[in-house]
Amino acid sequence: MFRRVSLLLLLFACLGIPPLTLAQATSSARPVPSPSAAQAPVTQAQIAALEQSVRTAQTASATAQSAADNAWMLVSAALVLLMTGPGLALFYGGLVRKKNILGTMMQSFAMMGLVTILWAVVGYSLAFGHGNAFIGGFEHVFLRGVGLTPNTDYAATIPEQTYMIYQLMFAIITPALITGAFAERMKFSAMAVFLSLWSLLVYSPMAHMVWGVGGFLNANGGHVPSLDFAGGTVVHITSGVSALVTCIYLGKRIGYPHINMPPHSMVLSFIGACLLWVGWFGFNAGSALGSGPLATSAFINTHFAAAAAALGWTIAEWIHNGKPTALGAISGAVAGLVAITPASGFVQPFAALAIGLIAGVFCSFMVFAVKSRLRYDDSLDAFGVHGAGGTLGALLTGLFATGAINAAFGKNAAGAALPTGAMDGHWSQILNQLAGIGLAWGISIVGTLVLLFVVDKVIGLRVSPEEESAGLDLSQHGEEGYDLNA
Amino acid sequence: MLKIEAVLQPSKLDAVKDALLDAGIEGMTILEARGHGRQKGHTEFYRGREYTVDLLPKVKIEIVVTDELKEKAIQAIIGAARTGRIGDGKIFVSRVEEAIRIRNDERGETAL
Repeated sequence: MFRRVSLLLLLFACLGIPPLTLAQATSSARPVPSPSAAQAPVTQAQIAALEQSVRTAQTASATAQSAADNAWMLVSAALVLLMTGPGLALFYGGLVRKKNILGTMMQSFAMMGLVTILWAVVGYSLAFGHGNAFIGGFEHVFLRGVGLTPNTDYAATIPEQTYMIYQLMFAIITPALITGAFAERMKFSAMAVFLSLWSLLVYSPMAHMVWGVGGFLNANGGHVPSLDFAGGTVVHITSGVSALVTCIYLGKRIGYPHINMPPHSMVLSFIGACLLWVGWFGFNAGSALGSGPLATSAFINTHFAAAAAALGWTIAEWIHNGKPTALGAISGAVAGLVAITPASGFVQPFAALAIGLIAGVFCSFMVFAVKSRLRYDDSLDAFGVHGAGGTLGALLTGLFATGAINAAFGKNAAGAALPTGAMDGHWSQILNQLAGIGLAWGISIVGTLVLLFVVDKVIGLRVSPEEESAGLDLSQHGEEGYDLNA
Repeated sequence: MLKIEAVLQPSKLDAVKDALLDAGIEGMTILEARGHGRQKGHTEFYRGREYTVDLLPKVKIEIVVTDELKEKAIQAIIGAARTGRIGDGKIFVSRVEEAIRIRNDERGETAL
């Protein structure tokens, strides 16, 4: 009985307090007019009350915006993680032979664990600490100073920890993308060490250059302001180019290209690609770092480009090989998502359709013609899709970016957005984009080569020929993906 | 006693099984198999690469029948499995020396 009464009292208290405070606020906001109010000079007390109420309203609106932005950013962070596991793990897992499915999925999953720890210890600081133009400093080592208040350098309306965890999801997927190039032949231990080091020595510096405060390529006051909304250079060029370097360094799989190595489960790849598409909304629209109109723009561009690229690849393949394959359609969609990534928050929807269509055709050409001509074994086409698509997208961003969508370079005195891309007449932006692309290619090639050399000397990169023919599942993990007799 | 082995298109398995039951043949063993004859497989495309798949999925039916049932069984299989296109399969007939029912040690045709 006593409990019930106290609960009731509590309920009344909860219901009663907000109206009370509201009443107080209104009474202080609108002082009761006295008969002579029209003539009487405004008193200090009235001004103070007015100021107080304005402050209250400002705080309330800032809190509301902060809550909305934070909600979207947390959802976006979860969506980007969804891209790695299960998205990428399924996409890549289906494309390998069945003896390697667990090994392939574990490579993506390992990044979810390893990069998270590295990010908390030092990765975030190296990417987003102050540092110099090329790499962040150590002020945020062990997440020192990364709290629940916003870091106005990056996102003024969300807790810095939200920003940190959101960026972590990018740091996870980027090395995971590389695994597609060296599928079916790298030791698990070598892969773990190589990609951990890669995350710190290639990813973090590149993220700092493009997005970090004072970064060399930062669109906001960098030496060479280059536009990369959600990671065309930082994520896709670095991973794609490093993938190419790795597969050439490592050599082909035994028997490639004479032995058939078809995907063992298109169904898994299909589900994976569709999850990537959905997760990409968090990747691109989340890069608005808030829930405002820019997020909508990026969301729509993302979707449009994926659709157009699926169409582009399918048509190219239909003409080239005579059949529209499911693998072609989903690969095209991924290529479009890659290409729109740097442009997603800068371009109009129809530019996104154009970027997608071009990317679908271009990446299919890279995969159909260039790979077989140059004879490298980029097993799952990490370079053909991410390297090529990322480079194309970074260039097209310079072409199609417009201040009408995003005043990336600020506004003039009259309040109009400064010209952004070539569409706005700012043709020199193409050169800035080329600089960004060149730097991303450079750091990826050099960084990856050095790391591969070191890890090869210390651990050895490749599994033995016997282990390779037995498959990574058995040789590296001691288990099998499919035991139909169990 | 004769053993009749028939390699068939997997899609024809149910029709052949029913036809054999109608012909009075009650026991059979079905194996999932892969193989090719003159048909020599087909090609698949994955990201522009052409793969020749020369071992195609097939099913193999094994039955053991009395000599009198031979033609009836063969006609049942042909009737149900023939499409007239390449890849319909083949039938092989061979003599069986002995049949033994494990449950009660019956021998010969009574064991079938």
